[in-house]
Amino acid sequence: MAVKSLNSIRRNFSPWTDPAAKPYIQFENVTKQFGDFTAVNNLSLTIYEREFYALLGASGCGKSTLLRMLAGFDEPTSGRILLDGQDLRGVPPHKRPVNMMFQSYALFPHMTVEKNIAFGLKQEGMASADIAKRVAEMLKLVKLEQFAKRKPHQLSGGQRQRVALARSVAKRPKVLLLDEPLGALDKKLREETQFELMDLQQDLGLTFVVVTHDQEEAMTMADRIAILDKGEVMQVATPQEIYEAPGSRFVANFVGSMNLFEGEVTRRDETSADIQIGPDLLIRTVNPGNSERKAGVNYAVRPEKIRVSSKKPEETGVNSAQGEIFDIAYLGDVTNYNVKLDDGRIVKATVINSNRLAEDPLTWGDRAWISFKPDAGIVLTR
Amino acid sequence: MNGGGWSRFNIASVTAGFAFLYLPIVLLIIYSFNASRLVTVWAGFSTQWYVTLWHNQALLDAAWVTLRVGLVSATAATVLGTMAALALTRYTRFRGRLLFSGMVFAPLVMPEVITGLSLLLLFVALGVDRGMMTVTLAHITFSMCFVAVVVQSRLLTFDRSLEEAAMDLGATPVKTFFAITLPVIAPAIISGWMLAFTLSLDDLVIASFTSGPGATTLPMKIYSQVRLGVTPEINAICTILIAIVATGVLIASVVNKRREVQRRRDEQAAQRT
Repeated sequence: MAVKSLNSIRRNFSPWTDPAAKPYIQFENVTKQFGDFTAVNNLSLTIYEREFYALLGASGCGKSTLLRMLAGFDEPTSGRILLDGQDLRGVPPHKRPVNMMFQSYALFPHMTVEKNIAFGLKQEGMASADIAKRVAEMLKLVKLEQFAKRKPHQLSGGQRQRVALARSVAKRPKVLLLDEPLGALDKKLREETQFELMDLQQDLGLTFVVVTHDQEEAMTMADRIAILDKGEVMQVATPQEIYEAPGSRFVANFVGSMNLFEGEVTRRDETSADIQIGPDLLIRTVNPGNSERKAGVNYAVRPEKIRVSSKKPEETGVNSAQGEIFDIAYLGDVTNYNVKLDDGRIVKATVINSNRLAEDPLTWGDRAWISFKPDAGIVLTR
Repeated sequence: MNGGGWSRFNIASVTAGFAFLYLPIVLLIIYSFNASRLVTVWAGFSTQWYVTLWHNQALLDAAWVTLRVGLVSATAATVLGTMAALALTRYTRFRGRLLFSGMVFAPLVMPEVITGLSLLLLFVALGVDRGMMTVTLAHITFSMCFVAVVVQSRLLTFDRSLEEAAMDLGATPVKTFFAITLPVIAPAIISGWMLAFTLSLDDLVIASFTSGPGATTLPMKIYSQVRLGVTPEINAICTILIAIVATGVLIASVVNKRREVQRRRDEQAAQRT
């Protein structure tokens, strides 16, 4: 598959492609109900050691419940959760080798930064000299050495986040759970911290499971992302795969922005397919997908893969259509166009402003052509 | 209107309000320094009633009883009230919760006469000799619900993730309670204790029903003496009580205020770094 070659951009780490790799955390047919509400519905997931795994979904999709079940604050109504082969049912939170970083940070307000970080180590019965050493190490790691004696309310939001992080990794847990770890930080700080988290995970060799509703955050940090909706897994894949080869219309729409053309497959072979979208648009794609379905399929193509031009493309008849500029949003780095095709369909197109002044200036109401390459999109049958 | 200035109406209403509240107390304090035995006739300044008070063994004994009853009952009521508050906020789904919370809070609105009388009937039925113990028990009964209310309101805003974080870091539930929950809600528990202590000091009705010989509390003593005529001695002891309470309130509010100011300053400083 063409998508495969996109994968290992960040690092050569993909145990999920290796059938011999041993799963580290397994959710097996886990269901969680709160009264009549089903938060998690017969869900199965596999997470590997040292993986940076993101649970991505809108609020109420069950992602936090999954994390809380892993930490031991909630027990599954049915199904099993295994950690390193051990069934976690009935193991109370204080006996689980996982630590969690809370969304609210949950720093103990009556303790100094030092004491907060030392808390977990004390519970282990570690010798006080060792505790002091480890605490110093952690403070250095999160660059808060001079704040050791402060109380949480004497720290800024970013500093509190670091203390929470230091406290949760101080015990060297097998797995670190992060519940919206960067949610309370402002945009700039969030971007810096994302990379710090990734470095930390690499350096300490931990398994990270992070819950987030921010797709950019998940895309930046995670090795794999699980997209959740209404307590079910919609897709688990690398960020590149999720973006370039979403498995369903839901995922395609959820992550980033997407044009979906519904039509009928008129021809298909191993390497290509033709899809007729209305009377005017014929799409020829080199990603035919592997479904036999013909009617009611969707062709999904990202806005940035669509070209907009006032000039007629070299090849017309396939993968191109004519319309008029309906809306323009200039964002500096890119310009978003909404093009209204002659059959009334609205197509989103994103043009990167690689030159300061556009060579082909388009404005509201102009006639324009849209076109895309045969490998620009994929066929979705779900 | 001149913005935030004081209109004549404002000045008048504030004056009337304060006069209404404090004029009787001010009179009482002034007359405690009266040289005359007659309470309503001013005969010059004197501290003689404070001196005689010091030699009035009966009053001193009553004060000592009151203090002991107050300390013991406030402490016991704080423990019980905190436990009740925890049960009410933490276990929201147990059977009979509504009945339980109703029963915990009923004494708040129950007329004291009824509480006192029913306790008296109970003690008589059980054949318990009335004395300091029965007064203390009675005070625990009615003041624990006040503690429960104070502590419960704090627990409702308590961030449960603090406890989860502690357990997540390996603390057992019991350890979590003593290391995290208790210190965080301590201010509410302390104010609950102070409230219970004050209620016990103040109480006349319930104490009259449940006490026996040798366990006369200060309010009982004062009340019985007043029935024989108000003496400047009573004024003196009342002035001392007022002084104690006022000092306590003053210290508490100054400490609170300082802490708050310090906290705000810290938070501002933290945002700058």
